[in-house]
This record gives sequence, C-alpha cells and structure tokens, in this order.
Amino acid sequence: MGIATGLYGVSFGALSVANGLSVLQTCVLSLLLFSGGSQFALIGILGGGGTAGAAISAASLLAIRNAVYGLQLVPTMMPKGWRRFVVAQLTIDESTAVAVSQTTSPLRRLGFWVTGIAVYIGWNLTTLAGALAGNALGDPKHYGLDAAASAAFIALLWPRLKSREPIAIAIVGAVVTTILVPVIPQGLPVLVAAAAGAVVAWFWPKRWMRPSEESGL
Amino acid sequence: MITWLSVIAASLIAFAFKFAGYTAPPKWLEHPRIFRVSNMLPAALLASLVVLEGFSSGTHLVLDARAAGLLVAIGALLLRAPFIVVVIVAAVTAAVLRQFLGWR
Repeated sequence: MGIATGLYGVSFGALSVANGLSVLQTCVLSLLLFSGGSQFALIGILGGGGTAGAAISAASLLAIRNAVYGLQLVPTMMPKGWRRFVVAQLTIDESTAVAVSQTTSPLRRLGFWVTGIAVYIGWNLTTLAGALAGNALGDPKHYGLDAAASAAFIALLWPRLKSREPIAIAIVGAVVTTILVPVIPQGLPVLVAAAAGAVVAWFWPKRWMRPSEESGL
Repeated sequence: MITWLSVIAASLIAFAFKFAGYTAPPKWLEHPRIFRVSNMLPAALLASLVVLEGFSSGTHLVLDARAAGLLVAIGALLLRAPFIVVVIVAAVTAAVLRQFLGWR
C-alpha cells in the first residue's frame, strides 16, 4: 500500500508542476487537501484552462465520499477533542479500506492510524520528489506528461468499474463530456457530467442491483 | 493568485466534508440514495476527466498522441499493471509517437 501510494504521489507531483502549479502550491495541496482524486481533478482543470470555480467544484464533489467514510468510522474511531481534526484529515480511501476490513475495534483503530499516517507521510514526501523532478524536466509534452494525466484518471476509475451501475455512470459521464466540450465554457462539462451521473445513480432501479453483478466486470 | 485561491478553497471544502462525516447528524447521509449517489459520483467525474485530459484542448475535441497513450494505458490496466506503470507507459507512448513519428 505504501509503495503504491508513493509512486502515485510522484506522478501527482510531476503532473501538477506540468500543469502550471508551483512546487510550493503542489506540496500545499498534498499537505492540506490530502485526497488523491480531488488533487488530480483540481490540477487537471486548472492546467486545462478551466476556471477556479470549476476546479474547486470538481475537487469538492470528489471529496464528498470522505464524509461517507467518516460516517462509517464514527463507531470505531469515536474521536474527541483535537483528535477529531487529525482523524478527519486522515480519512481517505486507503485508511478507511484498511480499517473496515479488520475484525475487531482495536485492530480497526490500529489499521486506520497506521495506514493514515504512513500514507500521509509517503504521499507528501513523494509529491515533493515528483514536483522537483517535474520542474527539472521542462516541457511536459516532450515527455508525454499530458498523456499521463488521462492515464492517471482511467487508472483511478478502473477499480470502481466492478458492477453495471458504475460502468453505466462512467459511460454517461464520458458521453456527456464529449458532447459538451465544444459547446459550453471550459471547466463546466465535468460538472454537468457529475450532475448527470448523480441523476443516474439516484434513479438506478433497485432490481438492477443484484449481488451477482459483483462477479462480472 | 487564482491558483492559490483554488488550492486553499478546495482544501478547506475537502476538510469540511471529512469533518462532517464525524460530526453531522448521521440521518442525512444514511439515506440510501444519498449514500449511493456519493459512492457513484467519482465514476462520472473520473470518466469525464479521462475524456477532458485525453481528447480535449480548450473547447475543441482533438485526437492526438494522448489518445494512443490512453489506449496503451487501458491495455496495461487489463494486464493488471500497477498505477505507476499505467501512467508511465501512457507517457512513453505519447512521447515516442511525437518524437519519432511527428504526431501532435
């Protein structure tokens, strides 16, 4: 888990600098935002010429799931006082996944803390390394770093495509974006795609959610 | 300046969501449909970002070396390659096509 996150951090750092952010801005994102998908979305939209509003909105929409994670972790972590702030900041995909897969409460708490702290340290150190490397490389297109961005997003999307519902929603998001790019201002297609995906998820019929779907891709 | 504003604002909002999970009354997140929508939202957003980063330039749809990189990335994912390998093979593909075949 640590190594995977570390390498992921290097690519975030390099891509962020390639998209026009400074090394400092890149590192502040990893320190404060600390949520991979949101960070990639923010730098992708800013680098692509989208407005700050569109970039912030897309990053924030991707962060909503962290609230759901917190809700699942309340009975385990029961954070009090200043610890609430630390626990909240460390509530991400990885720490939640490790915590909820443990069988007892002490193991869950241990899993959360170990994973959260290890990923936080690794993510920030490798972001810095990636940002410095990206800065030294120069023209991002020469090294295909712009192609690395869409590859990063599909790699983030891939593990979510485990049943019909997310696959259908991903297709809706992609088609809506393709249709809207030439028609509406930069940065907005991603938000309309998110709204369309939310509508599909909201109205997705219960009878289509069978456990057997889990087995197929 | 705008970039700094985006960095700080996005960070504050993301933290607010993380914090809300521990402090908000659980009722409104326990609603099964809201739960599902927030679980499914990343699929729509990430797919949209794949298209934006792979096939758009400003407000134009374009087909260039990035599309080839994306295809190779999908191949790598089908072979269960780790994240960094997927990203690197996509970048190398685009870089090679530009360098040696003169693709855009």
